[in-house]
Amino acid sequence: MDSIRFILDGAVTEVDEVEPTRTVLQYLREDLRRVGSKEGCAEGDCGACTVVVAELDGEGLRYRAINACIQFLPTLDGKALFTVESLKAADGTLHPVQQSLVDYHGSQCGFCTPGFVMSMFALYLENRSPGRAEIDDALSGNLCRCTGYRPIVDACLHMHEYPAPDDNEKRLIAQLRGLDRKQGLSLVHGLSNYHAPLTLDELANLYQQHPDARILAGGTDVGLWVTKQLQELPTIIYLGNVAELRQVRAATDAIEIGAAVTLTDAFAALQPHYPEFDEMFRRFASVPVRNAGTLVGNIANGSPIGDSMPALIAIDARVRLRCGQDSRELALEELYLDYMQNALRPGEFVEAVVIPSPRADVQLRCYKLSKRFDQDISAVCAVFALRLDGDEVADVRIALGGMAAIPKRARQTEDYLRGEPWNEFTLVTAGQKLAADFTPLSDMRASADYRGRVTANLLHRFYLETRSNEPLAPTAVNVFAVNE
Amino acid sequence: MEDRVKQQARETAPGTAVPHESAALHVAGEATYVDDIPELAGTCFIALGLSDQAHADIKALDLDAVRAAPGVVAVITAADIPGANDCGPIVADDPILADGLVQYVGQPVFAVVADSQTAARKAARLASIDYAPRPAVLDIGSGKQQQSWVLPPMQLRRGDAKLAMTQAQYRMKGEFEVGGQEQFYLEGQISYVAPKEDGCFHLWCSTQHPTEMQHVVAHALGIDFNQVVVEMRRMGGGFGGKESQSAIFACIAAVAACRLRRPIKLRLDRDDDMMVTGKRHGFQFDYEVGYDDDGMIRGARIDMAAQAGFSADLTGPVVTRAVCHFDNAYYLADVAIDAYSVKTNTQSNTAFRGFGGPQGAFAIEYIIDNIARELGKDPQEVRKLNFYDNDFRNTTPYGQIVEDNVIQELVTELEQTSEYSARRAAVAAFNRNSPVLRKGLALTPVKFGISFNVVHFNQAGALVHVYTDGSVLVNHGGTEMGQGLHTKVSQVVALELGLDIAQVRATANDTSKVANTSATAASTGSDLNGKAAQDAARQIRERLAGFAAERYGGCAAEVVFENGMVHCGGSTVSFPELVLQAYENRVQLWSDGFYKTPGLNWDRDQMQGSPFYYFAYGAAVSEVIIDTLTGEFKLLRADILHDAGNSINPAIDIGQVEGAFIQGMGWLTSEELCWNEQGRLTTHAPSTYKIPTITDCPTRFDTRLYQNQNVKDTILRSKAVGEPPLLLPFSVFFAIRDAIASLADNRINPPLRAPATPEAILDAIEALRAEVA
Repeated sequence: MDSIRFILDGAVTEVDEVEPTRTVLQYLREDLRRVGSKEGCAEGDCGACTVVVAELDGEGLRYRAINACIQFLPTLDGKALFTVESLKAADGTLHPVQQSLVDYHGSQCGFCTPGFVMSMFALYLENRSPGRAEIDDALSGNLCRCTGYRPIVDACLHMHEYPAPDDNEKRLIAQLRGLDRKQGLSLVHGLSNYHAPLTLDELANLYQQHPDARILAGGTDVGLWVTKQLQELPTIIYLGNVAELRQVRAATDAIEIGAAVTLTDAFAALQPHYPEFDEMFRRFASVPVRNAGTLVGNIANGSPIGDSMPALIAIDARVRLRCGQDSRELALEELYLDYMQNALRPGEFVEAVVIPSPRADVQLRCYKLSKRFDQDISAVCAVFALRLDGDEVADVRIALGGMAAIPKRARQTEDYLRGEPWNEFTLVTAGQKLAADFTPLSDMRASADYRGRVTANLLHRFYLETRSNEPLAPTAVNVFAVNE
Repeated sequence: MEDRVKQQARETAPGTAVPHESAALHVAGEATYVDDIPELAGTCFIALGLSDQAHADIKALDLDAVRAAPGVVAVITAADIPGANDCGPIVADDPILADGLVQYVGQPVFAVVADSQTAARKAARLASIDYAPRPAVLDIGSGKQQQSWVLPPMQLRRGDAKLAMTQAQYRMKGEFEVGGQEQFYLEGQISYVAPKEDGCFHLWCSTQHPTEMQHVVAHALGIDFNQVVVEMRRMGGGFGGKESQSAIFACIAAVAACRLRRPIKLRLDRDDDMMVTGKRHGFQFDYEVGYDDDGMIRGARIDMAAQAGFSADLTGPVVTRAVCHFDNAYYLADVAIDAYSVKTNTQSNTAFRGFGGPQGAFAIEYIIDNIARELGKDPQEVRKLNFYDNDFRNTTPYGQIVEDNVIQELVTELEQTSEYSARRAAVAAFNRNSPVLRKGLALTPVKFGISFNVVHFNQAGALVHVYTDGSVLVNHGGTEMGQGLHTKVSQVVALELGLDIAQVRATANDTSKVANTSATAASTGSDLNGKAAQDAARQIRERLAGFAAERYGGCAAEVVFENGMVHCGGSTVSFPELVLQAYENRVQLWSDGFYKTPGLNWDRDQMQGSPFYYFAYGAAVSEVIIDTLTGEFKLLRADILHDAGNSINPAIDIGQVEGAFIQGMGWLTSEELCWNEQGRLTTHAPSTYKIPTITDCPTRFDTRLYQNQNVKDTILRSKAVGEPPLLLPFSVFFAIRDAIASLADNRINPPLRAPATPEAILDAIEALRAEVA
């Protein structure tokens, strides 16, 4: 009988006989009665359950905050878990992030506090002198309804002023090495099965044998199928331990991102090549979601309101699909057929996304619109890629999220624009074409009418930023670029 | 040693920023909330079956599949309630479980009891309910048209508004609206009930009103109040949402515990919590105002229509407070207010920080903003012109004289410290050269009445125990929801006994200790319970002083308690030493304390009287930038000056002010409640309902407390601070409006609705542009 093994409080913890979809939070609160971590939403949107997971990273460790409420327990296998109870020293001394929160009055009702503590703990370990922007990013997945956040920001600004606690990193590294597996983890619990293969071939074979299995990567969406829809998932194949899929490969003409690469790592790899996506990367969910979720997972899930797909479609990314020993490539946009329907065959999965290197002559912008800056699903995500030949549009790709049942290109608008002069007159007609390209829905995020109007306005913004005569700077067209 | 003594004195004295009494527990994950209490053997868990119809008769309720589901122990319906099937706080119109009729999507119809929460939740989805739909009222407008009320309309009249408007130089009329708001306490609703001997029950409940939970549970079970003990150590946030609406969950859990004789926990999933419980009332306003060319208001008429939801709940007092805050900081000589409590087939709206006051005050601010733009003036000028003064223009429309007015001085100070005038010019300059982005600036004032509008709620009790080692325990009628009440009360007791706050421990609110308590609400927690605890501590101190004078000589009145020592007749003895001596001489070392707020009166029918002991004041300046292509906005800077009287704990008070500011900003900007055509709330989780996050907190955020002493004899001359600052972020909304108005030379009023989402802002921009064109 295989068991899940991970490090908690400096000791190897082994768990068997557990439902594979049991969340880390349920395990902590109900099985261990370790109740410091809280449930605020059970959907990864409030951060009250935040815990930190450490993994080997070369010779050292990486610490990542994640949402325990949607993380399945077996995915902790081979890792180290830190909860709010892990931080206090044996003599009762609070950790610097804890003491700083006390001293700067960063807790009121205290219910969100353990989650903030853990997000701060990850920030503390990864950043010696975080500024306001980095603090905002690190805590963007933690909701506080009491403080208004200012004292929490202050606590973060001052947390490194306290004496640093002992770290037992060397010991932890040795312990984690001791958890290394020669064979993939396989769990059976009642009628439920969980497989975590270690190689791509194993994964491909397993999925061919179990085409009805649920492929699990970060679980930031699948987790909600369990916590909110109360679905049963009889067979799960977790690809987070597949070595080949954990890699980012940079070639001269493309960057290839494996299916197990987290959004955090994928964005870090893409950022130098596509700085135009900075704001979208920053506003894509929250740090804990990006630490768990994968870029390929976002793509394979194929939600019409995911932000990565319009961006990647606009730059003509491709996906590599794998089925048994067969492999094929598709243009990303061809993956999507209709609402939550894709071109994958039974037993076939997305192995990697292949992102072309940027072209120097293409002007690119990615605009995300939502009610809130942090961690909000887009009403509209609009991505424009434009190549001019003199003043004339040589080529253009426009991809939109939130405007149709799938992430979709504005084909009629693109067709019209090619060969037209890039000026205000063209823009008016293009705006009308855009309206004809889409029939969006009204929902709680925005009305169909707003979505239509604002898409045309975003094209206008793109024009203002890219026109040859006095193009406007981001600070002149984007309130979030204004920093004063 | 000297330093330590000084430090102690500093920490004990009022005005010192000691951390929240539970801060060290919060950060260590060691603070216990109801769901963290170790479960008793045999505990079962409840999930609720909710109505998916807005208004319908239940023709058939088939729960066989639910009963047969794995892990299910029992299913509870209305028929299982031994006592009254009602948990309404004022009016008996709140069924615990629907009995034949459902009145909103989300109304609890049945409860599943199972051996795990997951089993209960899965089973609850297996019900088959046959409904016969009835016509549903889903919005304020159609409810008002149909005269669908939960309570009779209210009326307040002073002078002759109609005549005054006729005599004014200008008249204007219009309509606008403000949306509701979900409390979004981070800890969802939860009740845990254990049956005890002899038909008694112990209830742990996340509630702002333990006494009312005691009452509703007793009613539901048909037992006496003395058979129910309610215990509440702390909530993970309340904000009004756990004042009356913790009741339904307490009752369902108690009914199950009574029937099964087992401990029962009812902890709601977030989506269910938002689907079942009421929110801040959304309001629609229809007004007419007469004013002169300087902006002075001569007369005003307003219809306020509040979305009550399906039952009365606390709508009566909420609407009363809205009526009593239509004046905000302004003298309105002739005024006519009509207020309607509109019954809709939606969640029953309830208390939320401010309790109608924000909606009432928002209305007059909107009107003043409109007047200013019609006259081409800075709204700030019109605001100042209409402020209450201290001589003649100082009586509220409901007849209370404003005796403690500091709004003019406070606003003048804030104008200076925030550099309002210079920034007004800078904003105008920016807008002249910015084709896409526009800036806006606004200063808005707050005057907020403190006390429950129901006179008899303004009472509190406390118990202080001094143990023989000198340690002190205080118990009082208030509940801790993060606002720092226990910290302030402990500071008061420590001060009274000359001790360090570390020697005073505040304990869980418990209906078997202090009885007949009021809700911790209406910002009154510290005012009432602080005074009651002071009364108790003072009685003990007087007994100790009398004993010390007897023993050490000197006069009892001259005994000094400070820094943990007692000085008496030239002798000095430590507090624990004196306490032990007193005990051995049979001196009573514990005491109760009681307080009732003096001088309050209120005539509910005439809507006249002096319902408030005093007023709290404040003002804020906000500067925003908006995108005229998308409607996005960002708050660039906020400056706040707020009156907390002689603050007992400035850190806690500033925390309340800043927290309320960001929370109120959420209400007026990103927090949008949406219901679909079937009356189903579609924003029922944080994925769809967006409260402010850390980036929404402006990088320039300057909050200061106004140097003031309460003219009334409140606890240490402090002022209540829970709700008043919720009104400060009006400045954000009106700064957005100011930015939009710059597109039409500040002469046309943008029809901006609240919440000012990007879509609402873009709509207002386009309406403005259409009017110009």
